[in-house]
Amino acid sequence: MIRLERVSKTFPGTALPSVDAVDLEVPDGTTCVLIGPSGCGKTTTLRMINRLIEPSAGRVIVEGEDVTRADPVQLRRRIGYVIQGIGLFPHLSVGDNVATVPRLLGWPKAKVASRIDEMLSLVGLDPATFAGRKPGSLSGGQRQRVGVARALAADPPVMLMDEPFGAVDPVVRARLQREFGEILRRLGKTVIMVTHDIDEAIRMGDRVAIMRGGRIVQYDEPSRLLGRPADAFVADFVGADRGLKRLTLEPAAAFAVPGVAPPGVPALPADASLQEALSLMLASGADAVAVAGRDGRPAGLVTLARIREVAAAQAEGGAASAA
Amino acid sequence: MSGLLHWVATHGEIIGRTVREHLVLSGVALAVALALALPMGVALVRHPRAAAIAVGGVNTLRTIPSLALLVIMLPVLGTGFLPSVVALTLYGLPAILLNTLVGLREVDADVIDAARGQGLSERQITTDITIPLALPVILAGIRTSAVQIVSAATLAVFIGGGGLGELISSGLGLLDIAQLVTGALLVALLAVATELVFGAIQFGLARRYGIAS
Ligand SMILES: Nc1ncnc2c1ncn2[C@@H]1O[C@H](COP(=O)(O)OP(=O)(O)OP(=O)(O)O)[C@@H](O)[C@H]1O
Ligand SMILES: [Mg+2]
Repeated sequence: MIRLERVSKTFPGTALPSVDAVDLEVPDGTTCVLIGPSGCGKTTTLRMINRLIEPSAGRVIVEGEDVTRADPVQLRRRIGYVIQGIGLFPHLSVGDNVATVPRLLGWPKAKVASRIDEMLSLVGLDPATFAGRKPGSLSGGQRQRVGVARALAADPPVMLMDEPFGAVDPVVRARLQREFGEILRRLGKTVIMVTHDIDEAIRMGDRVAIMRGGRIVQYDEPSRLLGRPADAFVADFVGADRGLKRLTLEPAAAFAVPGVAPPGVPALPADASLQEALSLMLASGADAVAVAGRDGRPAGLVTLARIREVAAAQAEGGAASAA
Repeated sequence: MSGLLHWVATHGEIIGRTVREHLVLSGVALAVALALALPMGVALVRHPRAAAIAVGGVNTLRTIPSLALLVIMLPVLGTGFLPSVVALTLYGLPAILLNTLVGLREVDADVIDAARGQGLSERQITTDITIPLALPVILAGIRTSAVQIVSAATLAVFIGGGGLGELISSGLGLLDIAQLVTGALLVALLAVATELVFGAIQFGLARRYGIAS
């Protein structure tokens, strides 16, 4: 668990605090996303957790330990960190980059070598192809993968990720979000991730903290953030299309009912959301579309009427309940 | 031409001695300059204000002509090997120090930040990250310095430091063209060889680290 208790940071020579009495609690195995306009204090908040920045006031507790009492160098070896600009070591091979923390911790050679392979495979890079290459010869997306593999290598219980998908195009970005969300959940990591992309926050966060001027203005589950914005700033920040965004949280397959698919309309993939179902209906003019099941065969139909019901239920405030 | 060859053939001993002196003088001066400038650069890069003062001082040093630097040693240290080494060290030091500072400073801040964030100590950041990454630039400084020292060592003869300058000055004095030209050609050859050797080292290391210089 990560807990921030009234944590503040005022940089020398600045009048206003960059982070102002922030309270935040991230339960074990969950992902918290920090989001807000540029300069609102996201990176500063994150860097106080591994003491790259010393808090001016307040306490930071990681895994039950007050980090202000820990040796910062040892502390950082126990916390995975992906920086805003990735920062791979350009003179070292991909494998050596990944091996950084295991080597600092003095792991035996054989264990380090097998860990490199394991981590590269985990992030979808073939070790035989990539371990020996230099970061300079990788694509942006591949570098992001190596950055995450390096942060995960010593199996830290806690991961801090500062805009880990900042430098890649939207298609790669969506794929990395899905893959890494899955990996982090499977490994049971406690994650704090920074982004300024609201869609990314909704997709990846179990809870999302919206920051403004060094304070957290709302800390909630994505559905509540979209359904019940705390104030006009949050409502504006999540966007006028928050009703549509909320539909992205609901898997279409969960609302499928038996029926015959309209002719000429392609079926949705199994992991499609209600938003994609609605989009397909609008594009095709049909008022029902088929959804594939996990086995690839049609699982049933999602109807426009059903989507309306879900949206109405969400607007009532509660999380929508699947059929 | 045949006069030149004849002179070389009959003066093997003095040629051998002056080349040896020249190399020892340059080698010692370069080694001392390295031993001073590298640690200074590594230490100063963390202290911008002290670094600014050092850069100012070193830039002043750079404007002093090599002959003046050698002659200044006369009243302080007298004549011979030691004052020559001191003068040549001072002459070669700026290029190494400045390049070390520039090279270390130019290392991508994100890379250093990531290193600190993974839990490298400040010392490990210096030895494992910034120095290797600054190496091409540092080596370029060493190469410049080495060539400067080898060329300037020709003037050591004026304060009794020996070296190939001896052939040139006595060639001039005796109007012995063969001796004069031999001395000049050997100095040129040494300077070019120095340039090539250090260039090769620089290239090899840059390739090993997979980064352009
Ligand atoms: N070392 C520093 N000295 C003084 N002010 C700083 C320092 N670091 C950050 N700040 C200020 O603190 C505020 C918060 O910065 P921070 O980097 O946390 O923002 P951010 O939310 O991560 O922004 P972005 O989305 O642009 O990355 C900014 O106003 C910034 O100028
Ligand atoms: Mg930031």
